[in-house]
Amino acid sequence: MVILIIVGIILLVIILAIIGIYNNLVSERNRVKNAWSQIDVQLKRRYDLIPNLVEVVKDYMSYEQETLTKVIEARNFAMNAKGVKAQAEAENMLSGALKSLFAVVENYPQLKANENVMRLQEELTSTENRISYARQFYNDCVMQFNTMVETFPANIIAAIFNFKQMEFFVIPETEKANVKVDLR
Amino acid sequence: MAAKVCPRCGFYNNVLRKRCSLCDTPLDGSQMTDIFYNKKENFYRIQSSNKRNSILLIIFLFIFLLILGFIFGYIFDIGYAGPIFAFIISIITTLISYNMGKSIVLKISGAKKVTKNEEPQFVNVVEEIALAAGLPTPETYIIESDALNAFATGKNPNDSAIAITRGLLNKLNREELSGVVAHEMSHISNLDIKFSMLVGVIVGTIVMLSDWLLRYLFWGRRGRRDRREGGGGVELIVIVIAILLAIIAPILSKLIQMSISRKRELLADAKAVEFTRNPEGLASALEKIAQSSVKLETASRATAHMFIANPFKDFSKKSSALFSTHPPIESRIRILRSM
Repeated sequence: MVILIIVGIILLVIILAIIGIYNNLVSERNRVKNAWSQIDVQLKRRYDLIPNLVEVVKDYMSYEQETLTKVIEARNFAMNAKGVKAQAEAENMLSGALKSLFAVVENYPQLKANENVMRLQEELTSTENRISYARQFYNDCVMQFNTMVETFPANIIAAIFNFKQMEFFVIPETEKANVKVDLR
Repeated sequence: MAAKVCPRCGFYNNVLRKRCSLCDTPLDGSQMTDIFYNKKENFYRIQSSNKRNSILLIIFLFIFLLILGFIFGYIFDIGYAGPIFAFIISIITTLISYNMGKSIVLKISGAKKVTKNEEPQFVNVVEEIALAAGLPTPETYIIESDALNAFATGKNPNDSAIAITRGLLNKLNREELSGVVAHEMSHISNLDIKFSMLVGVIVGTIVMLSDWLLRYLFWGRRGRRDRREGGGGVELIVIVIAILLAIIAPILSKLIQMSISRKRELLADAKAVEFTRNPEGLASALEKIAQSSVKLETASRATAHMFIANPFKDFSKKSSALFSTHPPIESRIRILRSM
């Protein structure tokens, strides 16, 4: 009888531990998903801002059609990219195109002083930063989740319920050097 | 990434350092720690110590006010009405400071709420850093002053605010502003804000009540003495206790406020770098703040510990380590630059 009670208690503790770990894994995974959707929100914000900027600068920059077309192309390409890796590459291309557009704007004093352009530049600079911060937060969340999935005892529960390691958001080496666009 | 943890102050040093960059304790190889493992643990330790400290502080206030109540009750001859009255006051003070502390602190400091249309860059930077921290966006406030300072307040990350002076906002570039906002955001995510808000209101209450008591004992006793002439010995003891309490309590609460907030500032600097991954931004912002000598008129002794740098400029230069609410700004810059 005593043995039965002891076994019962041990079983109960194990079951409770499993439930706890499982719930932890689920909430960590949801955190990662939420962090990913934050990146999407910021990317969408950038897609929406770009046509406005192009519209405003277009009239001043009749000789720079090439730069503008590049930005639009990069935007459309990035919007259609699928998967973490492909999207990372497309987004970085778009960042590069925007950077060269801002560099060109520097050559047009009239444009630089335009209030609309200034506002849009601030918004785009902020969006660039938001995207990189959102990615940073996503990577932190992924790291925490992956560590959990790998370490004992959560790795057993993770294997049973099919929790897989998540993919990091990797930025290509060439783009790491200068992500920010500082226009001050 | 690895770091050498100082055995004395717990600061995370660069692995190459022979001495702690904070307290100059010699470091050998034995304090090496993996920083990623400890980062999380450290974070939860700060959070729970802030929760614990908040509760201790409230208990401290209750005990102090109850003793004060007994003394008032004895002096005014109203017996147990004194402690009961004190108990009610302390409950009301705690509830008010917990639920309305944010708006009280902001109002005292003369902060005005701003929207994105008025200050696009400031609001944008706050939203950016909130993303980096994974927290809801705090409200944004501006203090119309030429002094260079900023603070965060609120009872939890869902109900918080960041305030910055006009002078600082005009002086900083985007990178430096991000550093300052990240520093304030770390106070929010560490729950420092809740504790320092309670400290502000409660220290203020204790100082005020002790002041009343002391003033009463000095000037108000004269007329009543004849009525109690027989009581001699007991009355003398009560008065001695009352005077001691009235003098010691504010000093004690000041010391708690100082020792805790100095450590918090350094931790918040370190966490700010974790958010922005750019120590130089905050370092050069602090450099600009150190160069200015404009005092912030709206800061009081009760709110001083909340600001990013000591708002009483004249005080910070001469002050000894014991009586400052902030670590010397030069050493904070040095630590940031060595990261």
